[in-house]
Amino acid sequence: MTEPSPVLLAANVVATAAPILLASLGETLTERAGLINLSLDGTILLAAMAAFAVAHDTGSVALGFAAASAVGGAVAAVVGFAGVILGVSQVAVGFVLTLMCRDLAYFLGNPYSRIQGPQVPPLPVPGLADLPVLGPLLFRHNAVVYLSLVLAPALWWVLYRTKWGLEVRAVGEHPEAAYARGIAPRRVQMVCAVVGGALVGLAGAAYSLALKPGWGRPQGAEGIGWIALALVIFGGWHPVKVALGAVLFALLQVAGIPLQEAFPSVPAQVFQVAPFPLMIFTLLFMGLSQRESVERWAADRTWARRLVRAFRGAAPRALGRPMEGG
Amino acid sequence: MRIRAFEILVAAGLVLLFTTAVLLLTGAPPLEAFALLVRGSFGSVSKLARVLTVWVPLTLCACGLIYTFRIGLWNIGVEGQVILGAVGATWALRAGAGHLPPGVLLALAMAAGVLLGAGWSLAAGVLRTRGGVNEIFAGLGLNFVAQGIVLWLIFGPWKRPGVASMSGTVPFPPGLWLPNFSWGRLSPVALGCAVAALALTAWLLGRTRVGLFLRAVGGNPRAAHLLGLPPERYLLLAMALAGGMAGLAGGIQVTAVYHRLIPAISSNYGYLALLVTMLAGFRLGPVAPIALFFAGLNVGSVQLPMALQLDSSLSGVIQGASVLAVLLAHGWDVRRARRQA
Repeated sequence: MTEPSPVLLAANVVATAAPILLASLGETLTERAGLINLSLDGTILLAAMAAFAVAHDTGSVALGFAAASAVGGAVAAVVGFAGVILGVSQVAVGFVLTLMCRDLAYFLGNPYSRIQGPQVPPLPVPGLADLPVLGPLLFRHNAVVYLSLVLAPALWWVLYRTKWGLEVRAVGEHPEAAYARGIAPRRVQMVCAVVGGALVGLAGAAYSLALKPGWGRPQGAEGIGWIALALVIFGGWHPVKVALGAVLFALLQVAGIPLQEAFPSVPAQVFQVAPFPLMIFTLLFMGLSQRESVERWAADRTWARRLVRAFRGAAPRALGRPMEGG
Repeated sequence: MRIRAFEILVAAGLVLLFTTAVLLLTGAPPLEAFALLVRGSFGSVSKLARVLTVWVPLTLCACGLIYTFRIGLWNIGVEGQVILGAVGATWALRAGAGHLPPGVLLALAMAAGVLLGAGWSLAAGVLRTRGGVNEIFAGLGLNFVAQGIVLWLIFGPWKRPGVASMSGTVPFPPGLWLPNFSWGRLSPVALGCAVAALALTAWLLGRTRVGLFLRAVGGNPRAAHLLGLPPERYLLLAMALAGGMAGLAGGIQVTAVYHRLIPAISSNYGYLALLVTMLAGFRLGPVAPIALFFAGLNVGSVQLPMALQLDSSLSGVIQGASVLAVLLAHGWDVRRARRQA
């Protein structure tokens, strides 16, 4: 086996990051409007199954992606309807949907287990694909990866540079005040839930039609939804920081592969849990950096102050709380 | 959360419709599948014993979750607490085999399960109170870590002589098994533990100040603090109680059911118990019958792959749909009442 070049490894990171970016940025949009969609882990699996089944039966990868985003949007619509319209606990509904969608995916996907199916074809960008280094790194991927690459700047622009983005953020901070200013908070929240959910659905399709092609139990995408949810916190609900976290996580995933080959006697499942202690430590770091005592300690240390400030990110103030009255 | 009979009726209708639709989507005969679920769970005495064997850990975990929900915590880490309980019991049995009389050793194994389960739960609790980590993420992360620990033990320090495999550690000698009833594979000790947990929880929450304080802290931590109730201590108390009961469930899985440590030792019962508690409206009263219903679904669905070539995850679909339907029906009802008021 030839030693893989650093550029190809980096390109692998870009490809690995695609579904994580789609899911975590979709959730970022939803949460910026004040709604928590906790169903990510199950949604990704159900969407992955739907994408594979539809693509297999119709022979069309595009229809597979459409099905996945429809599934993601529909699950998010249930969370939105229950949380925003009925005022049911969003955590409760999201958690139930996580478990139910996973089982639904296993149940409905049973006939599609371990069979060959279509995959997303690579789509090199004409002209750019032949560039040295940048070509293989960024421009020889498939359409989903390109979408994931432009999503973070696009979401940043929408949230911080458009009127609608301002409305979304206003609703997430204080829905009643937004309502008084003539915004319809519930409508904004529903739209953000469905659009964010559709992006999460695309993440599922990115697994079953590209990164881990095929369907099975387990599919291999289990647990990613929770990572994506944690990444939103890590990124302080800011699309660019969330995206950086997603790429960092993908980098660790790719870096873990040679480690796994070095210890063949340890089952792969042990390595699969490795992201989770990391998730806890990261959230612990985030949590501690919000403490007053830590802030006081960092105040007269330039580097520490910068670090703490870089990780500072407040949750949308109305996150998880439905609008009152109206 | 008090759920009215009308809401349950609406929810049951929704679940039936949804499940039938799901079955038709896969081309399976719905009536046959439903009949199989009923016959496979409550069709004979030996099957009933198996249902009760599942009911025990579900009830234990759900009882524990009542404490954490009452104080307003989402103890999703319950799954990992079951796993650590099983690890604790296995460790005790391995360490003490041959040195102690079986009865004493089994009691110590259960105690080790309770301690490790409570410890794992306290880890999530301290992460929350001291580290500012949301208990959902702390618990979930610890669940995955617990799963990693079990796999590492089975393939590493505790592997079978010769080749390690997914079938788990070497089974314990029958002398270290909790005895079964004569009429079915069900341990009276395990059953007693679940009933005792129900009684203890009812007493603690209904007859002592603990229940009142948990509710007070959960409802308004600041006010409780001003009244002299330390929120952190009650938070950790609730977590320890929940973890201890989940750990006991894990210990029972080892001593009474599998007689060894297997990779899937928790069987998702922790997550399932969260659904049981939610369907019970976070109240203790309905926990026992709902856990029985869920256990029946679990056992009944085991035959689906053989009889109808269907995946056994149908039980999970029905369980999830039940909770979702009740949440939606209840939310709808509350909203309607609010609008009329």
